[in-house]
Amino acid sequence: MLIELAHFTLILAFAIAICQTFVPLIGAHKGWRGWMAMAEPAAVSQFLLVGFSFAVLTWAFIVSDFSVELVFANSHTDKPMLYKISGVWGNHEGSMLLWLLILALFGACAVWFGSNLPDTLRARVLAVQASISVAFYAFILFTSNPFTRMTFAPLNGRDLNPLLQDPGLAFHPPFLYLGYVGLSMTFSFAVAALIEGRVDAAWGRWVRPWTLAAWMFLTIGIALGSWWAYYELGWGGFWFWDPVENASFMPWLISAALLHSAIVVEKRETLKSWTVLLAILAFGFSLLGTFIVRSGVLTSVHAFANDPERGVFILLILTFFLGGALTLFAARANVLQSKGAFGTVSRESALVLNNILLAVAAFVVFIGTIWPLVAELAFGRVMSVGPPFFDASFSPFMIALAIVLPLGSLLAWKRGRFGRARGPLAALAAVAAAAAALAFAVQTGRSALGPVGLALGIWVVGGAALDLWMRGGRGGPADRLRRIMQLPRADWGKAVAHGGMGITIFGVAGILAWQVEDIRVANIGETFDVGAYQVTLQDVREEAGPNYQSTLADITIARNGRDIAVLSPEKRFYPVARMPTTEAAIRNGILRDIYVVIGDPQAQGGWAVRTYIKPFANWIWGGAILMALGGLLSLSDRRLRIGVGAAKQARSVAAE
Amino acid sequence: MKKLLMILLICAGPLWAVQPDEVLDDPELEARARAISTELRCPVCQNESIDESNAPVARDLRIVLRERLVAGDSDDEAIDYMVARFGEFVLMKPRAQGSNLLLWYAAPAMLLAALVIGWITVRRRPSAAPDPLSAQEKAELDKILRQ
Repeated sequence: MLIELAHFTLILAFAIAICQTFVPLIGAHKGWRGWMAMAEPAAVSQFLLVGFSFAVLTWAFIVSDFSVELVFANSHTDKPMLYKISGVWGNHEGSMLLWLLILALFGACAVWFGSNLPDTLRARVLAVQASISVAFYAFILFTSNPFTRMTFAPLNGRDLNPLLQDPGLAFHPPFLYLGYVGLSMTFSFAVAALIEGRVDAAWGRWVRPWTLAAWMFLTIGIALGSWWAYYELGWGGFWFWDPVENASFMPWLISAALLHSAIVVEKRETLKSWTVLLAILAFGFSLLGTFIVRSGVLTSVHAFANDPERGVFILLILTFFLGGALTLFAARANVLQSKGAFGTVSRESALVLNNILLAVAAFVVFIGTIWPLVAELAFGRVMSVGPPFFDASFSPFMIALAIVLPLGSLLAWKRGRFGRARGPLAALAAVAAAAAALAFAVQTGRSALGPVGLALGIWVVGGAALDLWMRGGRGGPADRLRRIMQLPRADWGKAVAHGGMGITIFGVAGILAWQVEDIRVANIGETFDVGAYQVTLQDVREEAGPNYQSTLADITIARNGRDIAVLSPEKRFYPVARMPTTEAAIRNGILRDIYVVIGDPQAQGGWAVRTYIKPFANWIWGGAILMALGGLLSLSDRRLRIGVGAAKQARSVAAE
Repeated sequence: MKKLLMILLICAGPLWAVQPDEVLDDPELEARARAISTELRCPVCQNESIDESNAPVARDLRIVLRERLVAGDSDDEAIDYMVARFGEFVLMKPRAQGSNLLLWYAAPAMLLAALVIGWITVRRRPSAAPDPLSAQEKAELDKILRQ
């Protein structure tokens, strides 16, 4: 009964969303306040209804109600509670319901935090947001209903894909969706502004927190996915340029560009039409990502839904929203005139360069991702585009971006000169180059990647620190430090996020350049050397987990004869899903991870053992966490907080 | 779904990749083999190189590749050998030939175009000098300054 009620509330929310699409739009056009005001209760009730629907589905998973087909197909009574809950979105139908829930949540947030928006803009934003919801309600209700019942309820379910039964992956989709769907908000703002025909500094200020939040969630989501791949897939790769990864990476790159160009709109009232275009493209890439993942058109390890009908539906949604918004953009972009002028060397120009690099980098990922499809359809060539292509064609953009970053962030708006920063910048460059030279001399005969990454890391992190230091003004160190501590959180956010980027770049270069790998057959009791460590396979035993059987090895790691760790890598077998998984054992460290995997028993005795020394692995995700933290700091800046904007606006209205 | 599970079973199970018995005795040859095998795709997997995959066919390919190298093939000859047998599908990094030129050169061309357009827009902007004051503003300013 509850299940049917949840299905019904979903249909009700669909109906409300349809009204919310048209009524406020007409109201805003005609200037009818009552019609415009309809958007707010509608958005909130949509959220409540979808929230109820989602809660019921979650409850069905928690109590293992196998009369619901989705629960039967993706759950099992023996599964730990965490994965019963994450099982809700570990499948196509449930994940689309999560997508809708987040869409409705953002709509409701626009109501709760949008009191400082002009009435017409708020009505239009909510109407556009509702139109996106309509498309996805239709999608879920007509093609992927999560509430389908079974005629006969089975005794137990088929279990969730064991690869997905993991804490890293349990929270990966919700964060990614918060990011994807968060970009729908900037899209709505962009389309509403185009309908309104006005983009000004205030618009830039309203759009920025939404973009920032979406980008931050995307960063966390991508980092979680990458971390999961690192420890779960069994050889410590952290990024595979898999179509599904690329699907989340493209919106990340575009939203990073958008984040920077929205600053220019806010501070300098220029680059308006470009910013609006980016806002449209960012959500376009989100939809494209959903299409890639949901349709399975570029199948990969991740694609757990494989249904052409659904793919076509999402393609239609994508075409409608992207096509519609771009047409509107073409028709109205001329209304958006830039005001602020700036010199060739200025923060504005540097941000233009940042945008070019990020946007073209996203394009590289895009073309590499869809090329196999294009080549097959257009030229009849069956081919693959894999990591070597992306490594070769994407990395230069990141290197260029890292080189430009500290320079741009230290330039002044309008007409820039480095002035006081020139000396410290030159010193920083010299330190970075010296460190690279030293690393190159020490490593002897390995690729230049490590030293280059080290130099870039020092350059970017140092640049972020220098940026803060210069903001401290003149005077003694104590004065400066006090002033730096009192800088707005947005400045701190900028420095922290940029520093995080530098750390990630260094981590990626370090792990790729300086990794040590050892593959061998080891007998029980045998000791062997890997790098500076002595590895001993002590024992291999069998154990039973809650819903799997495990083969467990005890491996001790020693350095200079002193034991530093006992690691227990596992091979698991999930009998219900009939799937094996590997659980690598990792000794985390700041300078290196020790990563061991146990393999199959060998015919002539002994076990296959893989050992890796992964230098600076944790810096990759540490940097990502810092980037997200930087976003959070900026987001909490009082300038962006709600009341302040409203108060300021009231003052400026009073002054007019 | 069954097919997908099979793929997951083959490819995403315990990723075993290079087995100890495949490793060549000559470390230099082995290093070359590893480098080449990261650029060759496992034919039955999704986006996995034969170096990472634990599918039986990937193992066969790794062994064939090592045989070629031991027989004295250069890196290019070994790759050509694989492409001749399995098609260009096995190349993780498509060759810049024919229609693939588009793949390789679209982004650099776009970067160039973007830089040119960016440069022109930045240069064509009115100089950063502020607009001159209107007569009324001047009068007001004079009034303030005289006070």
